[in-house]
Amino acid sequence: MEGLNFSLNTFSENNVWKAFLINESEIYDFPRFAHRGILLDTSRHYLPLKSILTNLDAMAFNKFNVLHWHIVDDQSFPYQSVSFPELSNKGAYSYNHVYTPTDVRLVIEYARLRGIRVIPEFDTPGHTQSWGKGQKDLLTPCYSGEQPSGSFGPVNPILNSTYDFMATLFKEISSVFPDAYIHLGGDEVSFNCWESNPEVKDFMKKQGFGIDYAKLESYYVQKILDIVSSYNKGYVVWQEVFDNNAELKPDTVVEVWMANNYAHELSRVTRAGYTAILAAPWYLDYISYGQDWTKYYRVEPLNFPGSEKQKRLLIGGEACLWGEYVDATNLTPRLWPRASAVGERLWSSKNVTNLQDAYRRLSNHRCRMLR
Amino acid sequence: SCTELLISVATPGCNGFPNLESKENYDSDCLLLISVLPADLLTSSLSSLFMQYYINETEIVDFPRFPHRGLLLDTSRHYLPLKAILETLDVMAYNKLNVFHWHIVDDPSFPYESFTFPELSKQGAFSAMTHVYTASDVQTVIEYARLRGIRVIAEFDTPGHTLSWGPGAPGLLTPCYLGKDPSGTYGPINPIFNSTYQFVTSLFQEISSVFPDYFIHLGGDEVDFTCWKSNPDILVFMKKMGFGEDYTKLESYYIQRLLDIVSSLGKGYMVWQEVFDNGVKVRPDTIIHVWKNNLPYAEEMANVTKAGYRALLSAPWYLNRISYGQDWMAAYQVEPLKFTGSTKQKDLVIGGEACMWGEYVDVTNLTPRLWPRAGAVAERLWSNATVRNLQDAYVRLADFRCELLRRGVQAEPLFTGYCDHEFGGF
Repeated sequence: MEGLNFSLNTFSENNVWKAFLINESEIYDFPRFAHRGILLDTSRHYLPLKSILTNLDAMAFNKFNVLHWHIVDDQSFPYQSVSFPELSNKGAYSYNHVYTPTDVRLVIEYARLRGIRVIPEFDTPGHTQSWGKGQKDLLTPCYSGEQPSGSFGPVNPILNSTYDFMATLFKEISSVFPDAYIHLGGDEVSFNCWESNPEVKDFMKKQGFGIDYAKLESYYVQKILDIVSSYNKGYVVWQEVFDNNAELKPDTVVEVWMANNYAHELSRVTRAGYTAILAAPWYLDYISYGQDWTKYYRVEPLNFPGSEKQKRLLIGGEACLWGEYVDATNLTPRLWPRASAVGERLWSSKNVTNLQDAYRRLSNHRCRMLR
Repeated sequence: SCTELLISVATPGCNGFPNLESKENYDSDCLLLISVLPADLLTSSLSSLFMQYYINETEIVDFPRFPHRGLLLDTSRHYLPLKAILETLDVMAYNKLNVFHWHIVDDPSFPYESFTFPELSKQGAFSAMTHVYTASDVQTVIEYARLRGIRVIAEFDTPGHTLSWGPGAPGLLTPCYLGKDPSGTYGPINPIFNSTYQFVTSLFQEISSVFPDYFIHLGGDEVDFTCWKSNPDILVFMKKMGFGEDYTKLESYYIQRLLDIVSSLGKGYMVWQEVFDNGVKVRPDTIIHVWKNNLPYAEEMANVTKAGYRALLSAPWYLNRISYGQDWMAAYQVEPLKFTGSTKQKDLVIGGEACMWGEYVDVTNLTPRLWPRAGAVAERLWSNATVRNLQDAYVRLADFRCELLRRGVQAEPLFTGYCDHEFGGF
């Protein structure tokens, strides 16, 4: 089915429509990597449905097949949960800045018809400030000396209520999103708040974690992974979860995002036997002056030290458009055609690397997308 | 509740063109709702006052710090449809910017339809049918701008930046040589032929009549000498004129004649800083446009004003140079008068321009790239020098951005957050 989609796209790329005559042709094409994704962030800025759908179209034109929907984060919680309606009631920017169950279903179906999987990301235990507005006692209260300071930190890993909540929430998420995988986040967990909280400190002692809060983080992540597993979903996690030695199921997908020495990280992840996807060199929100698409195009994902077997564990990558400075007013021109360079790198053969040729084809493709 | 709104302006009459000396003071008393205001003055800011808002009786007195508050658009690197230019003029008005610097032609394309030399756009536009500005288009822009208090200053940049002029004006550009033979490529305008100056005279005669502003921008930047150096006729000319090996002398020779031609047409001129830097003799009322960052631009501002010329600042305001994060802050924190000089010198700084060069910009990304970032420049040029608190500016600029969205302008966000009316939303 996806093949039919792609072949139709290839036809349009060959200007096959309207009153054109074509010789009987046989086109045989297939992607190099199976996971070719775009990350959209709908927490830092709400993205109206229309904007998401337009980008699903653009993704299809570029043979992307995964929408990594980073749907909630610190700043806002636009996902309207049936089990916990207060999450978006209190956590969204406003009642108008939510995705209803109907909206979500629309995105999933629109994507499906274009051969695009939707992998939602509910990032915890960090990046959850907006969750605390609608779910009391979910986040860790930070302390200033002996007293609560009034601010909150990551999800509180020491309470049973936390895991009851997560179990119910992920049960809903597992049924709402049909893909086999859910992205569980796990990045950038700041330990300051945990370190300040006396109950957390007690718990650390009791568990024998010493002062190694990475162990507490892993304790939490472990339990979430088990919960999600029990719903028969696979999971994708950011690299910290692997780096901090959490115990992962063999079919976990680790997303490598830290730019510093990412080739080395790919080696480590695949050497440990985990599947990897690469995002690090493709943070398209990092804009700069000039033709930066060439920088994205020149990435060779398999340029890392490792065996053939290891290299087969790199299943693809994602172009990420984080939303701090992006919303519907500038998303489309910022994403396209820069992401097209990533799209070709993930689809085409390894030896398709000539920049001048790519420029010619990419500018034509851009005009085609305008049409 | 305010039942009446009175807006008074210092000089009556809306029939002329705005100019550098226009008095832009205004004060408003909440007294009388004038229903006889010309329709064009009913911009959204006024119309929002009509609809069920209550305001206390208020007196507002306001005036700009600098008289020249400009925005440069480049319609040569990419053609900009008329609608895009008109929308930009609207938003300029919301930001109290009052000069549209129209960098209309350059190397890549010549979209200006000249009635004296129709071949220029026929041969030089990206596409002569679809990517041109007709005489009517140009008049539309000038009138649309006028009704918003915006001057249109056209830039016909020479002798460099003229590759697109070549196809429609054979013999105008310098043929480059590879050894003894023409290489097939061309360089800047050929300064050694009389035909060049006849052409220039006729063209600028037309330009002077088409564009009503007193000033024309003559460019004069980034003249590459390589082609001139390769051309045997030019080498002969250099010797004849006693210029030796100094091609800046040849450049100045051309510019001098150009300036004299334009003067004789009764126009004043603005030039990029190279014209001043290369010691060309310019008229006292010339405006020098400071854009380079190799020297700290403050030094150039000092030099230009010390020599007694008026200065226009753009160097720190190249909005086409995008980067990650809140770069509006750097634009906002510029202080145009921060250079070593006397008060008399500082009085010669007439303002500045935010520039949106077009190498990577066309109608698909123009508006979000311009706004609200250019608003930071606009405030710096309008408001008092003491208005510089970044936190306060952030709050006001973010609100203003939401207001732009409400008016249908595709302005991008400053940082995380939301507006009640999102673009492409409900």
